[in-house]
Amino acid sequence: MSRQKYESPTTNAVGLGFWVYLMTDLMLFATLFATYGVLRGNTAGGPAGHDIFSLKLVFAETIILLVSSLTAGLALLSAHAGRKTRMLQLLVITGVLGALFLGLEINEFRVLLADGHSWQNSAFLSSYFTLVGTHGLHIFAGLIWLVATVWYALKRPLSPRFMQRLTMFSLFWHFLDLVWVCIFSIVYLMGVLA
Amino acid sequence: MIFASWLGKLDWSYFWHGWVQFGGQIATVGGALTVLAALIYFKKLGWLYRNWLTSLDAKKIGVMYIVVSVVMLLRGFGDAIMMRLQQILGSGGGHGFLSGDHFQQVFTAHGTIMIFFVAMGLMFGIINLILPLQLGARDVAFPLLNSIAFYLYLAGVILVNLSLVFGEFGAVGWLAYPPLSELAYSPGPGVDYWLWSIQIAGIGSTLSGINFLVTILKKRCKGMTLMKMPIFSWSILATMILLLLVFPILTATLFMLSLDRSMGMHFFTADMGGNAMMYINLIWAWGHPEVYVLVLPAFGMYSEIVATFSRKRLFGYTSMVWALMAICVLSFFVWAHHFFTMGAGGNVNAFFGIMTMVIAIPTGVKVFNWLFTMYQGRVHFDTPMWWFMAFATTFLIGGGTGVMLAVPAIDFQVHNSLFLVAHFHNTIIGGVVFGYLAGIAYWLPKIFGFKLHERLGKAAVYCWVTGFFTAFMPIYLLGFMGATRRMEQFDPALQYQGLFIISGIGTAIIGLGVLLQVVQLGYSIWKRKELAAGHDPWHGRTLEWSVPSPAPEYNFARLPVVTERDAFWVAKHGGPALYSGPFKDIEVPKESGVGLVVGLAAAVFGFGVIWQLWWLLPIALAVIIGTLIKQTYVEETERIIPAKELKA
Amino acid sequence: MSMLDKLSRLKVPELSRRAFAAICALTALALLIALWLASGQHTFDLFQTRGQIANRERTLLIFSMLLAALVLVPVYYMLYTFAWRYKTGHDHKYSPNWDTDKKYETIWWGIPIAIITVLAAVTWVTSHSLDPYKPLNDDRQHLKVQVIALQYKWLFLYPDQEVASVNKLVIPNKWPIELDITSDAPMNSFWVPQLSGQIYAMPGMSTKLHLDAQQRGTFKGMSSNISGADFSKMNFTVESVGIEDFKTWVTNAKQGGHFTADSYTKLAKPGGAQPVTYHLHDKSIYDNAIMKYMGGHQ
Repeated sequence: MSRQKYESPTTNAVGLGFWVYLMTDLMLFATLFATYGVLRGNTAGGPAGHDIFSLKLVFAETIILLVSSLTAGLALLSAHAGRKTRMLQLLVITGVLGALFLGLEINEFRVLLADGHSWQNSAFLSSYFTLVGTHGLHIFAGLIWLVATVWYALKRPLSPRFMQRLTMFSLFWHFLDLVWVCIFSIVYLMGVLA
Repeated sequence: MIFASWLGKLDWSYFWHGWVQFGGQIATVGGALTVLAALIYFKKLGWLYRNWLTSLDAKKIGVMYIVVSVVMLLRGFGDAIMMRLQQILGSGGGHGFLSGDHFQQVFTAHGTIMIFFVAMGLMFGIINLILPLQLGARDVAFPLLNSIAFYLYLAGVILVNLSLVFGEFGAVGWLAYPPLSELAYSPGPGVDYWLWSIQIAGIGSTLSGINFLVTILKKRCKGMTLMKMPIFSWSILATMILLLLVFPILTATLFMLSLDRSMGMHFFTADMGGNAMMYINLIWAWGHPEVYVLVLPAFGMYSEIVATFSRKRLFGYTSMVWALMAICVLSFFVWAHHFFTMGAGGNVNAFFGIMTMVIAIPTGVKVFNWLFTMYQGRVHFDTPMWWFMAFATTFLIGGGTGVMLAVPAIDFQVHNSLFLVAHFHNTIIGGVVFGYLAGIAYWLPKIFGFKLHERLGKAAVYCWVTGFFTAFMPIYLLGFMGATRRMEQFDPALQYQGLFIISGIGTAIIGLGVLLQVVQLGYSIWKRKELAAGHDPWHGRTLEWSVPSPAPEYNFARLPVVTERDAFWVAKHGGPALYSGPFKDIEVPKESGVGLVVGLAAAVFGFGVIWQLWWLLPIALAVIIGTLIKQTYVEETERIIPAKELKA
Repeated sequence: MSMLDKLSRLKVPELSRRAFAAICALTALALLIALWLASGQHTFDLFQTRGQIANRERTLLIFSMLLAALVLVPVYYMLYTFAWRYKTGHDHKYSPNWDTDKKYETIWWGIPIAIITVLAAVTWVTSHSLDPYKPLNDDRQHLKVQVIALQYKWLFLYPDQEVASVNKLVIPNKWPIELDITSDAPMNSFWVPQLSGQIYAMPGMSTKLHLDAQQRGTFKGMSSNISGADFSKMNFTVESVGIEDFKTWVTNAKQGGHFTADSYTKLAKPGGAQPVTYHLHDKSIYDNAIMKYMGGHQ
């Protein structure tokens, strides 16, 4: 390894591997999207998207996630600039925003369930809960990762190893943002407009 | 309510099914206990743990894959014997010894095991053994990930065998079409065992895919451009691209079926808007490329073997690469040929039928290239070359019948029939199994330092080929007689029994072949001194033959520099030296138990979902996540092998 | 010199023990199959077809086999002759570095492309002409039968004749039949190999199959898709009878009691069934069997 020339954290073996992983995750979401696309009309006499979606709330969620993506990116830039404290602050903000997003989503689910729109009621609801819920699970995993990253960085210098991980986290978070934009457009916007 | 009981769906009644099942339970538990007892008695448990289970050496992980796969092969083969025996009895007017439900569990297990736990296991095993060596790399890109992937595969194996002891397996066929596989029609834990054993193993496969793809793209030695890469490595590159694109589809699909079963969702149920056809589309969008995931590495192995044993360059290397990539791309556009009988209409059926036939073109090109590699060569018929001849002899028929099946109007008559069963065994045994057995015969000397006994090996090839034809030609005929698959009983008036008996004889001959291979392995280990292979027993062409056998942990004492294809062959014949310069310290990955812990926790997680022991899931997940986070704190993941040791 | 002497001096390539053993094994297999063939009357349904659709599918099957043979025979010939001729010790020309030849490679990209093009054309045409949804070329009104796959039996409804029949499909000989097929059970596949290829029977969906019988007789039918523990018992028979006999059968079949929605519910419970006929009263049974999967909250 030592004879290899320096490669950036996004193009070295680990970075490339992480890109490939993101691609497989994208395939997973693509499958869920395709299924949602096929099943969204199968409401089995129950509500359709426009009956239950609240764009206002979802728009708020979108803004929150987009901002958290920005702060994640800024955190990475701060780390590159060697400003560890600023990086930590930005990461914490990212985490708070992410948790807020997740909280809003859980609340959205709770309201739907309380109104009697459970995932057991139709294929449309099953595919909706699964697609959005899978994204939510990813956010949750990202939050665990974030906490672990912050915890790790508290007492340690910004080593190349750490920079590698932070870069990957940042990629992951942007990726989730991208998926969310798709969910927002395809599930919510198209659902309400239909 | 799903939280009704801490014990979930666990029920003691699942322990007892009948005497036939009891045999399976005894064999599984007894086998496991015997191995454990032997390990304790010979005081090998610690050795096993330190030298194997925690090793991150790709070659050792490869050997573990192969050992587990071979054990599973024996189990899958046992299933095959049971099925054939039942069909012999059940086509002559008797009831046989298996009920319909049990018979269905047996063939579901047979298919699942053979594809996921034998073929995939052997594939990853051989890749682990050889890929880094062939690329001139010291290791795979991610050794720890490699170990984790192996243990996820093992977790699947554990679950599939657990179903034999406790509970039941799915009685739904190896792809578990809904709505039959839904809770409404399959309320027991069998389908869940099926789901979670392959779900966990499948995630392992995806991780392996990432690992090997990056290994190929990033770890090649100096001078090895992609077009100078050995063709086996090329086939793995194509395979991994394919695998990475389709395994997430499998993961998502299994996830959705599991949600249907565990959470009462309606993705694929018959009612409430569920769409079973969606499942069938998705599962084959994975399933057909999966067939090529299995066979492309075998094609790569044949390419290496034919060139090596013909003592000649591989003919049409560029064509071969194009053919590989063409198969890779085309295999995404054929999935609907598995259900022409759904009634999708002439245009859809014709499109998928024609796309399927088009795959025959690059495959045909590969065959011609192999033939012309032998042409004007000096062909040495050692066991691996015998396997190639066996492959060519059987696979061509399988290809022919495959093209027949691709014509929708013919498919209406042979779909789901025994003709189809004969066809895919023709391609999978002839193409995949023979290929992997060839690969093992060819490369094992590099790993263990001795060759496998030649005459026993050839006798095994003999039994496999004659057994194959005896077992499956009658099955083709039965297809022509209008016999459908997955039946444990046939009207005796149809007079199928005779052909089933002939087929049974064939199964016995294959069984003799398997036995001969077990004997061959034991005998070769016993006579390993006499069978000792030098570093280059077959007059090889590629880098793996340039290092000692068995290959050292670090693969290469000095990293090679290549200038051409067939680098080692060129070097032997007066080309530039592969190795030069001073020896340097080498870093190799330290042993790690992380994979073992993650794999076991994954198995526990699977067990928890299967039996709806919900409280177990967060515990298992916490163990996995905690272990992985803890790993990020380990700074010293590698140990150093000093340069002076290398010279010695 | 006698003929025998001459023959004994003929130089034939030495047959290795292994090749000899291979030939023996093949011969044994052929003998076994021949013995089985001689042991009784066997029907090769896919070749001994009795309906116009199955006939055409058989022709296609044979055509594709011949086409496959056209490719495979030369390839096998090359495989074994190359292996034999260039076997080490046989001292033929050795060109270890000859690894590419544009001319040759063009040929074997070309040959499969040509053959597949032919087959693709045939596929395109037959996928449409033999589409199971396509009515038969016949001016007469197709006889309409609705088919419901149940756990573990088949129900045949004749809405126009007002007959319901379990596990037995009676059709007039040489008359076009239109089958509407669904399943009130997991997915099945409706297959009468001597009359036509199969099509899936799926819950909540209706598929179509058009066929006829060109000869009188009894043909076996089955479900060729796993649909539960006893699906291997889902056998039924198709009887092709003269038009007058068909009318008689319809009259007699109606003697078998009334078939209503209740009778259907009872019949649909899992279990096998003997062939039996009824007078069909409720003509919405088929549609209801499909619609019940379409609804929502139950």
